[in-house]
Formats: sequence, C-alpha cells, structure tokens
Amino acid sequence: MPLSDFQTVIGLEVHAQLLTQSKIFCGCSTAFGAEPNHHTCPVCLGMPGVLPVLNERVVEYAVRTGLALGCTVKPTSVWSRKNYFYPDLPKGYQITQYDQPICEWGELVIDTPSGEKTVRVRRIHLEEDAGKSVHDASASAGQSLVDLNRAGVPLMEIVSEPDLRDADEAVEYLKALRDVLVYLGVNDGNLEEGSFRCDANVSVMPKGSTTYGQRCELKNLNSFRFLKQAIEYEAARQVDVLESGGKVDQETRLWDVNKGITRSMRSKEDAHDYRYFPEPDLQPLLVSDALRDSQAKVLPELPRAKRTRFMGEYGLPAYDARILTAERPLADFFEACAAHAPDAKKLSNLFLGEFSRLLKDEGTPLSALRFTPAQMGELLATVEKGTVSANAAKDVLGEMFRTGRAPADIIAEKGLAQVSDVGAVEAVVDDILAKNAGEVEKYKAGKKSVYGFFVGQVMKAMKGKGNPGLVNELLKKKLGD
Amino acid sequence: MSSTLTDLSMLELAAKLATREVSSVEATRASLQRIAQVDPKVRAFLRVDEPGALKAAEASDARRHAGSPASALDGVPVGLKDIFLTEGLETTCGSRILEGFVPPYDATVVRLLKEAGLPLVGKLNMDEFAMGSSNESSAYFPTHNPWDLTRTPGGSSGGSAAAVAAREVFGALGTDTGGSIRQPAAFTNTVGLKPTYGRVSRYGVIAFASSLDQPGPMARTVGDTAALFQLIARHDPRDSTSADVATPDCLTGLEDGVRGLKLGVPREYFTAGMDPEVEGTLRASLEEFERMGATLVDVSLPHTKYALATYYLLASSEASSNLARYDGIRYGQRAKDARGLKELYTQTRGQGFGAEVKRRIMLGTYALSAGYYDAYYLRAQKVRTLIREDFTRAFQQVDALVSPTSPVPAFKLGDKVDDPLSMYLMDVYTLPCNLAGLPGLSVPCGFTQAGLPVGLQILGRPFDEARLLRIARAFEREHDFFRRAVPV
Repeated sequence: MPLSDFQTVIGLEVHAQLLTQSKIFCGCSTAFGAEPNHHTCPVCLGMPGVLPVLNERVVEYAVRTGLALGCTVKPTSVWSRKNYFYPDLPKGYQITQYDQPICEWGELVIDTPSGEKTVRVRRIHLEEDAGKSVHDASASAGQSLVDLNRAGVPLMEIVSEPDLRDADEAVEYLKALRDVLVYLGVNDGNLEEGSFRCDANVSVMPKGSTTYGQRCELKNLNSFRFLKQAIEYEAARQVDVLESGGKVDQETRLWDVNKGITRSMRSKEDAHDYRYFPEPDLQPLLVSDALRDSQAKVLPELPRAKRTRFMGEYGLPAYDARILTAERPLADFFEACAAHAPDAKKLSNLFLGEFSRLLKDEGTPLSALRFTPAQMGELLATVEKGTVSANAAKDVLGEMFRTGRAPADIIAEKGLAQVSDVGAVEAVVDDILAKNAGEVEKYKAGKKSVYGFFVGQVMKAMKGKGNPGLVNELLKKKLGD
Repeated sequence: MSSTLTDLSMLELAAKLATREVSSVEATRASLQRIAQVDPKVRAFLRVDEPGALKAAEASDARRHAGSPASALDGVPVGLKDIFLTEGLETTCGSRILEGFVPPYDATVVRLLKEAGLPLVGKLNMDEFAMGSSNESSAYFPTHNPWDLTRTPGGSSGGSAAAVAAREVFGALGTDTGGSIRQPAAFTNTVGLKPTYGRVSRYGVIAFASSLDQPGPMARTVGDTAALFQLIARHDPRDSTSADVATPDCLTGLEDGVRGLKLGVPREYFTAGMDPEVEGTLRASLEEFERMGATLVDVSLPHTKYALATYYLLASSEASSNLARYDGIRYGQRAKDARGLKELYTQTRGQGFGAEVKRRIMLGTYALSAGYYDAYYLRAQKVRTLIREDFTRAFQQVDALVSPTSPVPAFKLGDKVDDPLSMYLMDVYTLPCNLAGLPGLSVPCGFTQAGLPVGLQILGRPFDEARLLRIARAFEREHDFFRRAVPV
C-alpha cells in the first residue's frame, strides 16, 4: 500500500512552564538566564532533610487552564514520586502527578481544511522540572556540569488524546493551545527557550482501520516547523517499515534537526521502571470551590471566541480576525482603536500592514506605545475625509509611533495634506492637457493606455498631494469619458 | 560538684539555673567532662561540639543574668541524634556516604532548641539512616549500653538513649520510625516520647520513611521529656505534613494521676516470645496502675500480626526513594576512581551504604517495581488502614493502651547482627503505633535480675501526648527508677 493508504494518528504531550515568580516547592526565582546554580536553595538542591512546600500560584494556574479547556477540575488530586537516577535530578525522583492528576477530560477546538475539529484533552498535571546537564566545552575533559537553576521550576503537562490526523492538525492544535495558555497568562509560549515544549506520539494504520498502530514518541520538537517535519518524516518511516514487512517498535525517537530525520533514542526494553508511588511529603492536593471560583472569575475571553466576535462585531474576514486576536494585548489595542475609528476594516488593514511592521522593526511592546487609540482613530478619520492619502497616512503613523505627536500636527508640519480644492486641481489638469495636446489626440483616437501618463503628470505637478479621486474625476471629465 | 551536677534532671538543673545557683557554662562543662570520662566506653557521640556548646552556654548565662531567659530550659545542655541537620556542624546520619557533609542549614527542631537557649553538646551515634534496632548498623562504631557495656543500647536512637542514661547530657532528641526512640529508651532506663505524626517538624531531619518518621524527646524523667517536647512541638510551614495545632501544655496536669482512666491492654501484645522477666515486670506494672485507680480493659488489635510485614514494605519503599539523593553528585562521599556515570553511582552507593541500608533499598525498590506494586506497596497501604482502624476502635473504649515496649531487655552486641529478621522482631510492639501515626511513649518500669532496664509503652490518641505523659508520670512518681545510679 502506498503512503496515501495509511492514516497517521497523533497525540501531543505539551510541557508548559508556568509563569510564576518562584519555583513549585521552594522560594527560589524562576528567572531565565542567571549564573548556573544561582537560583538554588537546600530544597531544590535536594539536600538531606528538605521538604517540599507547594506554591499555591501553581495550582491557580492549573485550575485556570483546566477551566479554559473545559476540563473536570478534580477536588482532590495526588502527588507522586517518579524515581530515576540522573545528575540533574537532585532528589533522585521527580515530584509529579501520576494516576490522579489535577484536571481531566477537556477539549480544544481547532480549524482544519474540512472545518472545525474538537481535540480531546485527556489530562493536565503538575510537576517540577529537572535541572540541566552541560556537556560542552565549559566542562573540562571527561566531565559534565550540572546547572540546577531549572530544578523545581513548575511545569504543567497537557496530554491530548490521539485525535490528530496529520502534521498540519498537530501544528494547528499546538498553536491554538499556545494561544490559550498565553491568553491565560500562565505561560509565555516560547518554544525556542523551552518554556513551551512538545512531544508527539505518532503511529500509522491502514485507512479505515480502527485499531491504532504501534506508536513512537518523538522528542526535541522545539518549533512548529520541526513538529510538522518530524511527524511527516516519522509517519513515512513507519509506513516504510510496515511495507517492507517489518513492525514498528515502541520507542522514543529524537528529531535530528540537521539531518531532518528521527532516530532511536530509547527502546521499550530500555524504558525506566519509574516506581511511582504517592509522595509522602505532600498532602493530597485539594482544590476548594473558592479557588475554582476565583479562577473562573479571571478567565478571559479566549482566542477563538474573540476571533468569532471580531468577525461578527467588526465585520472582519477570518484572516484578519485571527491575526488580530493571536495575542491578547494586540486584540485589546485593536478594540480600543476601533472605538474611535470610522471603519474597522481599514483599521485592520493598518494593523496588519504598517502598524505590524512598525512594531516589529522598532521592537516596541504595545505597553510602551507613545500614541493613544483616539489618535489612531483621528488618523483614520483624516484618511476617510480625504485630508491625507492612505499612503501618506503610513508616514503619519510612523511619526506618531516615534514621537507620540497628534496626527493633525504631523500632517500640518510635514505638509502632507492632499489638495482637494476643485479649482486648484482643475487648473493643473487643464494645464497638463494643454501642454500635451498630441497625447490627448492619441487618447481620443482610442489609445486608452495614455491615461496613466496624464495622471502621473498631474500628480507630479502637484508634488503628489493631489487628491487621487478628484484628479481622476476631473481628467475623465475633461477627456470626455 | 560536677558528678552530682550531671545527675540532675533537666527541670532540676533549670531551677538551679533560674536561681543562678549554677551557670550554664558550669553545667555544660560538667557534661563535657562526663563525656570525656565515660564516652570512651559508651561511645554515644559521633562528634562533640565543645566550642559551640560553651558559646551557647555563655550566651545563656548572659540572658539569665539579664533576667530574660529564652525558655524554661535555657542553658540546659542536650545532645542531638546525628540525623538532625546542624548548620556548620558535620552531620552523617551514621553513614559513610555523608562523611564530611556539613549542612548549610539547621533542622527546624535544631533552630527551636537554639532559640530556646539550649547548648547543643554534640551529635549522637545511630544506626545508619536510622535503620536498625541496636546501633550496630552505624558505619562508625556501635554504642554500648551504660547499664551493661557488653549490650546494645537499642536503636536507632541508641546514641541518644545511651548518652542520656550515662549522664553525658541532660536530654536528647531522637527520631522514631518504628520504635527508634521508645525501644532504646526501654533498654536504658530513660523516657522516650514518639509524638503524633505531624506534631514535630521533620524539616531538616534526614528522611528514612517519610510517612512514619517523627522526631521526639528523650530524657531521664517524664517531666524533662514533657518540657523538651513543648519546645519542639510547633507547627512548621516548611513541613507540609506538620499539623497546624497549638503547642500543648504538658506540664500543668502532669501530676494529675490516673484515677478514673481506662487503660487498654492489647492482648496481641502479650505473645509467645516475650522474655518472662519482661512479662513479669509488665504484669506487676499493670497491677500498680489498678491500685492507683485506673481501670484495665482487655482490648484487641486484630491486625497486629500484619504490622511487621506492612511496616517493612512501606518503610523500605519510602527509604529506597528517600536515599536516592545520595549519589555522589552534589555532596557527601563520591567514589574516587569511577569512570562514567553508571560506575559513579554504583561505586559511590556501593561503598557508601552499609549492608542493612542496602538490604532495605533493595526490598523497597522491589516492592515498588512494576508488576509488584499492587501486591506489595498497595496492599501494605490497605493493611495500614486496617491497623489504624484497630486503634480507632480501641480508643473508643479506652483512654490509652499499655504494653511492653520491647519483648526483651537489651541484648548482647553482636547477638543479632547476622539475623535481620530477629532484629526486625524487636520492633513488633512499637511499629504499629507509627503505622497509625499515634503518639507513643516508653517509661522505665523496672529492672531484670541482671540489672537490665525494662520499659513500659503507653500509646494514645492523636495529639494526646499530655495524657500519655501524665500516665507515665503517675507511674514514675511511685518508683523513681531514674534515681538509680548507672554503673558506668
């Protein structure tokens, strides 16, 4: 059977670092980029005698996420120890949640070419991160170094059901999930720095089958592109194995960025026996109604709902709405501007075009903008009235962006206002037609392509400030069209 | 002066410190002299912190002089089992793997004692990682029983018990996971209290079995034990299993006696295998309680026979995980010539742990392994619930339970070293209490003809330590066994 006769089946396990100030079981900072082992204390170093004390903010964030994904938030969940030896795991076990996670059974709706699709979320659980082993040149020969700054950083693992059917769906799910977490303020969505990580469980089965094939777990997928490439490579690899009469082994495979392949990291036989058992140093985790309610109250409008509303309320196309709602601050700013703008679509055009470019080029966060939504509204109103051209408006926006000055002042100072006076424009049009009588003859004889020449000449004579609508109107009238 | 000084109880010494009849420096020096004199024979101390203790004593005297003592026991020198982390002072837990480990912080109870002004004289020997009932599994040397130097002081808090019994310190802290405070107390004519699980903070106490471990006081009298207990029975936000309950007042009603109390005698605790002299002493003690006005009630704790197996599965499972951190990476001993990570682990742990510790790590690892978890760990947890329910039922009928602490008096050093199972059987009366999280106490109740101490165990409802102490005190008042001179 060819590849096209097989169905890919994908489930994702996402590890999201929670945006807390301090670690999950001690008071150390979670800040990124400190000197190695700077953010450590006896607790996260796994010193003898230390005990974990749960950071309550971590629970709030998990509950908030669970509610946003429509999960059942468990009133009681249990901490477990996952036992294994590794130098960057200070206690020799990771405190995590195993058979009784904090949230179960939610869902996330994504867009696919064939319409909306609901992906089931099986569970959300909390755990501590491990440290980092460094095997690079900073270590002397034969040595590895351990940095425990990350040890004890709070992670939330979100596990989907194997409901995804191709790499694009997987990417779509991951993006949608990231948008939700960033909206909730619980994660920064940064794949490259590893604060939002994803493993993919991939299997293939003949189309029409209801029995899943043997799955492999893919790791090291630290961008959306790698996720797509790795899934596509892996699905094709598994089909090859099956087609050549082999069978897929359950294993963990690593995405090799340079070679663009997945390679075996650990087979099932090598798999650890983690000897999970309930963590005796922590009481079961109780989520009170009060905590649940407090998180339900702070739940923001989520990206998808906001997108739908933007399409309805502002009459925007899906494309615009999606981009405008991808990040909450941008969406909020758009809405603030829309309250002052005469036309939401034109506002959206400016947001998607010049405004996005400025944000990117200048590296300015929205929180540091120098101009107000009302000024953005004024700018669009001047375009609407014909005071400035859409092109000139871009320059005005740039100036507003850099100086925060009012659009009217900028237009006046730079002389960007268009000439919309009929008499003034008519005088120029008459002059140009008179000077180019030969071309006028040709036009009237049917050579319509000369029209652009007249427009160019008029605009040139007016230094680009002629109101284009008026110029066209008068030219056509004079040429007898 | 100094020899009689060390014979004082903590409360007697505290009274003399309060009137400035004696200074803390004098008491601490007396303690240090006594250590120098007898510890070469007893070997209770792993290390003595003379400068630290004297400095604390001087500070205490200054407070007494200023009329602002930090606590009732300000200035009374005590010792610490080497399981408690002491900032700047080596802490080994009786193991080679932690040799040279100098903690960067104090255990909560150590901090509490320091804040209360007690000079901490040194660190006391113990079975390695508190795994043992004789102090013979200490990686350094066995401690000897001051009542008969050829015998064990019990374990795992054997160093603490021996030091208190031999008048080297006025009191000490131990820990009790399956009887490690009470059994050595019984073997040495001292009082030992294992508080309710959660009553005393475990922060900074090197973990053996987290759901069973509990620090507690050891002293020569019930009053001393109560006074020391009150200093450490505090809620600690650093220990998530610490109970948020008020510090009890154990001294006010201490002399109230046992009249009208119902004392349960668990029939499963009087079984074959008990030493006849121990049984005889116990029966006599029970009659005495009746004479003092208590009512004895025959009760049954039907799941007692499963306690030993349950305990060894759960304690070893937790220990196998708790001891994983001793890997040679961050602190403690590291194998010198290991090549590669796996060798580093196997050699460090192979060389660093003793036989008993390895035995329990293997047992616990096995019990938690895939395919065995349900049959061992999970089933043991279920039985633990049944054992707890046994006690709950019993305490509906009675105010406390009384039994022997240990089926035998102190045994000869070397006698049971090669027979782990018979060593485990030493704990048969003490460990159900840990499984149920209840408070338990051992108080001296007599001597065998050979002059070996016998202990009486009193078990109570959760957080009912004050009543246990009151019952023990009623008995102590009739006998004053603690006045008996120790031969060493």
